[in-house]
Amino acid sequence: MQWDWNYAADIMPRLLDGLVVTVSATLVGYLIAVVLGLAIALLRRSDNRAVSGTVRWIMEFIRSTPLLVQLFFIFFVLPSFGVVLSAFTAGVIGLGLHYAAYTSEVYRAGIEAVPKGQWEAATALSLSPGRTWFGVVLPQAVPKVIPALGNYLIAMFKDSPMLFGITVVEMLGAAYQIGAETFRYLEPMTIVGVLFVVVSIPASILFRYLERRYGH
Amino acid sequence: MSVVLQSFPLLLQGLILTLEITAGGAVLALVLAFLAGLAGTARSRILRAVSRVYVEFFRGSSALVLMFWFFFALPLIGFRFEAVAAAIIALGLNVGAYGGEVVRGAILSIPPAQYEATIALNMSPALRMRRVILPQAWASMLPPFGNLLIELLKATAVAALITINELTFVGQQQRAATGESLPIYTTVLFMYFVVAQVLIFGMRRLELRTARSLGRAPAARRGRRPALAGVGDGGGSGGVG
Repeated sequence: MQWDWNYAADIMPRLLDGLVVTVSATLVGYLIAVVLGLAIALLRRSDNRAVSGTVRWIMEFIRSTPLLVQLFFIFFVLPSFGVVLSAFTAGVIGLGLHYAAYTSEVYRAGIEAVPKGQWEAATALSLSPGRTWFGVVLPQAVPKVIPALGNYLIAMFKDSPMLFGITVVEMLGAAYQIGAETFRYLEPMTIVGVLFVVVSIPASILFRYLERRYGH
Repeated sequence: MSVVLQSFPLLLQGLILTLEITAGGAVLALVLAFLAGLAGTARSRILRAVSRVYVEFFRGSSALVLMFWFFFALPLIGFRFEAVAAAIIALGLNVGAYGGEVVRGAILSIPPAQYEATIALNMSPALRMRRVILPQAWASMLPPFGNLLIELLKATAVAALITINELTFVGQQQRAATGESLPIYTTVLFMYFVVAQVLIFGMRRLELRTARSLGRAPAARRGRRPALAGVGDGGGSGGVG
C-alpha cells in the first residue's frame, strides 16, 4: 500500500475537527485539574485526620487505577444513579479528576517549600487562616509550580485520545472512523500520530525551559 | 454481589493478561531505557543524538495513538503484529523513553569524585560503569522506575481499545453481558488498585535492599552483615541487580 497524498489532504479537515475536540477537552479538563488539585492540596493539609487521610487514600486510588476505566465508570455507572452526562462532559470530568490527583501533589510540594518562617510571621501578625493561605503562602507557592503544572497539560493532551473509548469523536476517533469507512488506516493514523508529536514536543521543550528559568 | 462472583473468574483471566502485558512492556522498557540512557551519556555525539531523538519522539507521542498506529496502520505496509505484541511494543517504546531520561539523569548525578577515583585506580571505562557508576545510579533510578511501572500498568488498559481481552476489555464485556456496571467496574478498579499497591510495595523493598547493599541503610539482620574482613574487597557495590 502506498501513501496517498490526495487522500491525506481530503481527510485533513475531519482530522482537524477532531483536533479541536481534543484540544478543548484537554483545556477544560486542565482547568478542572488545576482548580480541583489546589482544593485537594488544601484539604490534605487539614488538621482533621479523618479528612486528610480519606482524601489521601482517594487520591492514591485515583492515581493507581487506569484513566480509561475511570472514564467507563463515569460514563456507564453514573447514569444508573440518575446522573446522565454527555460523552464529552464525562470525558472532561474524568480527565480533570484523574489529573487533579497529580496536580495536588505538585501544589503540595510547592506549599511545603514555603519557608517555615513565613508561617510563623503570619501567626505573629495574627493573620486569619484565610489571609495566611491566600495572602502569604499560596502567592509564594503557586508561581514556582506553574512549569511543573504545565507538564501535566501535555500529559493530559496525550491521554485525551482515551475519550475515544467513551465514544467522543476526538482526533483518534475521527481517524478511526475514516479508516473504518475507507479501509485505509495508514494515512489517518499516521497524521494523528504526527499531529500529537508536533504539538507536544515543542510544548514540552517550552515548559522545560520555563522550569529551568523560573522554577526553584 | 452474585454478578461479581459470576464474572470474577473471567475478570481474573483478564487480569492475568494485563499482568503479562505489563511484564512484557516493563522488560522492553527497561532494556530501551538503559540503551537510551547509556547512549545519552556517551561521549559520541551521534549516539547522544540518536538517544535524544528516540526519547523526545516517544515521550511526545501518545501511547494509545502509537498502539493504534502499530495495530491498524503498520499492517497495511507489510508489518503485521499480533495485537498483544503491538500493545507491548507501543507501551515499551513509550515508557522506555521516559526511563531513558531517568537512567541518563541518574548516571549524570553521580558525583565527579567517583569518576576521578576510578581513574586514579586505573579502572577501564566498562569496569567503572559496572562496579562504581551503575550500582550507585541504580539506587536513584529505582524510585522513578517505580512510578513508571505504575504508569505502565495503568496504560495497559488502553489495550482494550485494540480488542485485547485484558482486564478492562473483560470488564466492558461483562458490563454488556450483565448490565451491572457498578459492581463490575468497582471490581475492575479494585483489581488494578491492589496490583498497583503490590507493585509499589515490591519496589519499596527493592529500594531498601539496594540502599543496604550500598551501605546507605542499616543491614537487614545482624547475621548477614559482612564481617570486618570483607571491607577490603569493595563490598559496597555487590548484590545490586
